[in-house]
Amino acid sequence: MIDENTDGTDVAVKVPTNVPIVDYLILGDDPHLVANECKECGARYFDRRNACARCGKVEFVSARVSNEATLRSFSVVHRAAPGIPVPYVSAIVQTDDGTSVRANVVGLNDPMKVELGMRVRLTTYGCGTDDIGTECMAFGYVAA
Amino acid sequence: MGDAVWVLGASMTRFGRYPDLDSVDLAAQACMDALADGGTTIHDMDVLAAGSLFQPPGMGQRVQKQIGQTGIPVYNVTNACATGATALRLVYMAIKAGEAQMGLAFGVEQMGKMGLLRGGSKEEANVYEPSGRHGAVTAVDGILGTETMPGVFAQAGMEYAYENEGVGFEQFARVAFKNHQHSTLNPLAQYRKEFTMEEIMSSPVQSYPNTLLMCCPTGDGAAAAILVSEERLRSLPIDVRKRAVKISASVLTSDPWVESGQVQPDVNTLTRNAAAQAYEAAGVGPEDLDLVELHDCFATAELIHYDNLGLCERGGAGEFIDSGGPFRDGRTPVNVSGGLISKGHPIGATGVANVYEVTTHLRGEAGDRQIKGARVGLAHVIGLGSACGIHILEKSAA
Ligand SMILES: [Zn+2]
Repeated sequence: MIDENTDGTDVAVKVPTNVPIVDYLILGDDPHLVANECKECGARYFDRRNACARCGKVEFVSARVSNEATLRSFSVVHRAAPGIPVPYVSAIVQTDDGTSVRANVVGLNDPMKVELGMRVRLTTYGCGTDDIGTECMAFGYVAA
Repeated sequence: MGDAVWVLGASMTRFGRYPDLDSVDLAAQACMDALADGGTTIHDMDVLAAGSLFQPPGMGQRVQKQIGQTGIPVYNVTNACATGATALRLVYMAIKAGEAQMGLAFGVEQMGKMGLLRGGSKEEANVYEPSGRHGAVTAVDGILGTETMPGVFAQAGMEYAYENEGVGFEQFARVAFKNHQHSTLNPLAQYRKEFTMEEIMSSPVQSYPNTLLMCCPTGDGAAAAILVSEERLRSLPIDVRKRAVKISASVLTSDPWVESGQVQPDVNTLTRNAAAQAYEAAGVGPEDLDLVELHDCFATAELIHYDNLGLCERGGAGEFIDSGGPFRDGRTPVNVSGGLISKGHPIGATGVANVYEVTTHLRGEAGDRQIKGARVGLAHVIGLGSACGIHILEKSAA
């Protein structure tokens, strides 16, 4: 394969200043998550599937996931692999359009202030920089 | 008289740390003891199933070199924390299918101090490149929630607490209090020390609400069982026959789709499904169980399985532990061995060791920890990913 450059513009690669931590996080002015949604039953997947794990159909569409959510479960993690700052609050939230998401709850001054059933909203923040200056953008949830 | 499959012999090593032995030694010891317990030798076996998760390949064949190379088919099995139960069920199925009359199943693990944390270690990439099925540019454990075992099971417990009344830190701690207390009576347990509720609740938090004393330890150990067809059993001497224990149900399930399953392993639905199938096959209900050995890898896990196995009213697991139901003098004694939390959890061995424990009680040979008059017991394991194995055993006459 040959790189396409049909319009004759300069091929110099533009280095993005940031990248999403995972490909289902969409950055920009309106950060949000996307999922592959089964056209038949509506089940959503953050990764690619050959067939829907729920109904077996094979057609998917890209769907935007709501940024508003309710916290259904959490754990305050005090022991983790080396290099991971602790404690942190891991949570399972359910978005208002019914999709479960796992992420940290951020912005609490005391981790034990987290509460089951609390309303939360998606947020993004920088979580590291690589050797060429690209920032990694993570997502988490803050109290709404 | 039917075509039931029976436990003819069973054994386990004490769980603990064996720096001077290897996993082949441990497995061979459990196998030799189980064969002797059943009045058999390896030459009577038609099939061998070997369960281990973290050991080098070919465990079954390597154990054969220690105990007898008779040329029988060997199946090396791995199925997360349900590995041992899967090996046992494989022999069960071979006998049910008529391909074997007698078989040996064992599970073994040597973990040393490897730790059950798992989860990705955070390695800062030099240049961010998307990789894996989620296009991750760096390890996400600790950033997008937790992938550690204590954390995942903490979240399973806290979801139950969200959905049901009367469940919190104290109820989870009481599970650990019970299992540590039970283990003081079990000479095969890795730890045999009682702790107060205060000690359990103030031990270092691993993943709230799981403190250190609410988490199973890593360890080494092996367990083995000899299974036999009913037809073959009836040809054996009376003293062997009367110690045999009937397998009334052998069930293995995997996790069906649930909405949240892609971000939080669902340990509930497949356990409920397995329990329903097992009770149906055995013709018994949870109220008939004299003892239960269930998969308490963390205190939060045990509590939700009271509900999943139907040992309490739906939503009533908090009340069940608070009222003493699963204590050894309670309505349905749970984990009288000390459970994974205190007996230990050498992963491949666990699903066979649970069956050993129930078998020993049904035979009336459990010594100080004997549940008096036990006639029906259930052994449950679950491995994330997920797999659930349930065996119901009954004292019966062959
Ligand atoms: Zn579908």
